[in-house]
Amino acid sequence: MDASVGPVFWILAAVTILSGIAVVSLKNIFHCALFLILCLFSVAGIYILLHAEFLAAAQVLIYVGAVAILMIFAIMLTSGLASRTIKQVNKHALTALFACVLFVFVVIGLIFKSNVWNWARVPLPEDNVMTIGKLLMTKYMLPFEVVSVLLLAALIGAITLAREEEA
Amino acid sequence: MDFQLPHVDFRVMAPELFLFAWALVVITFDLGTKRRSGSATGYVALLGLVITGVILSITPEGAGFGAMFYNDAGSLFFKVIFLGAAFMAIGSSFGIMERKIQHHRGEFLGLILLSTVGMMFLASSNELLSLYIGLELTTIPLFVCAAFFKDNRLSVEAGIKYLIVGAMSSALLLYGISFLYGLSGTTDLLQMRVNIATTHLTFREIGLLPMLSVVLLVAGLGFKLALPPFHQWAPDVYEGAPTPVAAFLSVGSKAAGLVAFAKIMINGLQVFYEDIMAPNDWGLLVGILAGAAMVWGNVAAVRQTNIKRMLAFSSIAQAGYIMIGMLALNDIGLSSVSFYMFTYLFANMGAFAIVAIFEDKTGSTQIKSYSGLARTSPFYAASMSVFMLSLAGIPPLAGFFAKYYVFAAAIKMAGSNEIHQWLYWLVGVGLITSVFALYYYANVIKTMYFTPDESPYKLPLSLPGSAVVLIGLVGVILFGLMPGPVMDFASAIPAAFGLIAP
Repeated sequence: MDASVGPVFWILAAVTILSGIAVVSLKNIFHCALFLILCLFSVAGIYILLHAEFLAAAQVLIYVGAVAILMIFAIMLTSGLASRTIKQVNKHALTALFACVLFVFVVIGLIFKSNVWNWARVPLPEDNVMTIGKLLMTKYMLPFEVVSVLLLAALIGAITLAREEEA
Repeated sequence: MDFQLPHVDFRVMAPELFLFAWALVVITFDLGTKRRSGSATGYVALLGLVITGVILSITPEGAGFGAMFYNDAGSLFFKVIFLGAAFMAIGSSFGIMERKIQHHRGEFLGLILLSTVGMMFLASSNELLSLYIGLELTTIPLFVCAAFFKDNRLSVEAGIKYLIVGAMSSALLLYGISFLYGLSGTTDLLQMRVNIATTHLTFREIGLLPMLSVVLLVAGLGFKLALPPFHQWAPDVYEGAPTPVAAFLSVGSKAAGLVAFAKIMINGLQVFYEDIMAPNDWGLLVGILAGAAMVWGNVAAVRQTNIKRMLAFSSIAQAGYIMIGMLALNDIGLSSVSFYMFTYLFANMGAFAIVAIFEDKTGSTQIKSYSGLARTSPFYAASMSVFMLSLAGIPPLAGFFAKYYVFAAAIKMAGSNEIHQWLYWLVGVGLITSVFALYYYANVIKTMYFTPDESPYKLPLSLPGSAVVLIGLVGVILFGLMPGPVMDFASAIPAAFGLIAP
């Protein structure tokens, strides 16, 4: 990572974390959804810094463009949901916070202490979007197809659960 | 640019492809008959499973799609277990299909079949990406199935709990996988073993990072297998979910978790196990979880008054026994695990089938409602007793040999090298808790047989519910009297994972 990337990364990281905290702590579910979009956007920015352009595009198109927008539609079309105040924490919040902070420090500590990332230092291919596309159509075609089966199962399940029962 | 596909062999993938197509057939059939097909849809689904079984029996071993799909002895053996679990779960769900979910029969059956496809796909993958997708295809349909009684609070709660726990365990698993990928530069498990071995030897002094990924992987898989302390979801989900779904979770889903565990930890990370001096040995970690599972599962099961919760804790304890065999990385360890899972299929699915029939008739899942059942429904009471005794590991039933093989494998491993001697302790815990477990299994038998008054309920013999019970009964007794043939099939499995006699 060169020097000019540094400040950009820290800004994106701060936005990601702060908006992430907002998502799980705000009392209005509509505001939560808006902050989720911000959070997902800044993660896409971090992907770009890491030269994972395809992942960034997919993140914006799928998570921001489809998932988050759908969530907002669902919130706005469900009567009374957008104006309701919700409580996002229960009595275990402090314990959970403690566990999470501990986990984060352990993970960060271990990552910074190690220098075994030699496999990750292989240079990226020139055109990595094209390489990903090619791999999805060749080496990874089978899992790619199975994902569509997974989507089908999720669709059937969601419709079954959400459908109103006929008498 | 050249587009070169890996070696593709559709014959190797035939069972999965067929079962996927059949799941769509089942859904379409139910819709096509305007949902008035009655129990016919259920029989169509059962027929599909039987045909898949026939196809599976002639499926060759070998590569179907490079490392993404490879059939070895273990894949084929576990696919039989998955198909058996799906068959028995669907067979015992005719009651709820008639009365509770008559508007969504097709979807229910289709989702169970799709979940089975996911398990079978998982059992054949030797690569982390396809393995993860297989695991998701296994669990996502089951979230829906757990919440299938939409107007029942407990069922919806079970669905949501299972969804959240499933998502969290997947996140842990993926995080662990991402470290493994960063360390090894590959998602192919066999290649990973080689790459990590070289990285590991070069950078021995900083072995803590592999340990972090091992901890994350064990936690993620521990949720799937319901090993303490990752087990709290299991009793609630089993209690709330429709009984056949709980049965399918306890056998099919558990077997899928075992396969994923064996693939990742043994195929990919075997080097960590053998290298006992390094701090990243996963054996001891899993051993502690297995011990906790046996102790806590059995202790908590004693206090249960609801039979589904009791069976949930019993399945947590059984997972502990199974993991003893998993820790014996020698030429008999994995075959003992496979045999254990095979016998567990019959005993547990049989027991759940009776619970389903009883619940369908009486609406109760309390153990005390079973009192005096032996006088009114002798077949079911006798079968239930046999299943309980097999789960407790009483000879000459199949469950006894399962425990025997698992303990024998661990003792052999412990004797092979000084550093594995702690396995003796684990076997000791297993033996003591087995005796303890007898108490609550026998309690069910006592309730059915040794109470003065006659039960007000008479359970009818009906197809295919009674047939499922009969299959379980035959399996538990037959494979108890003659475990040899199944063990012969299972004996090829350790070699497929590169495990040989020390």
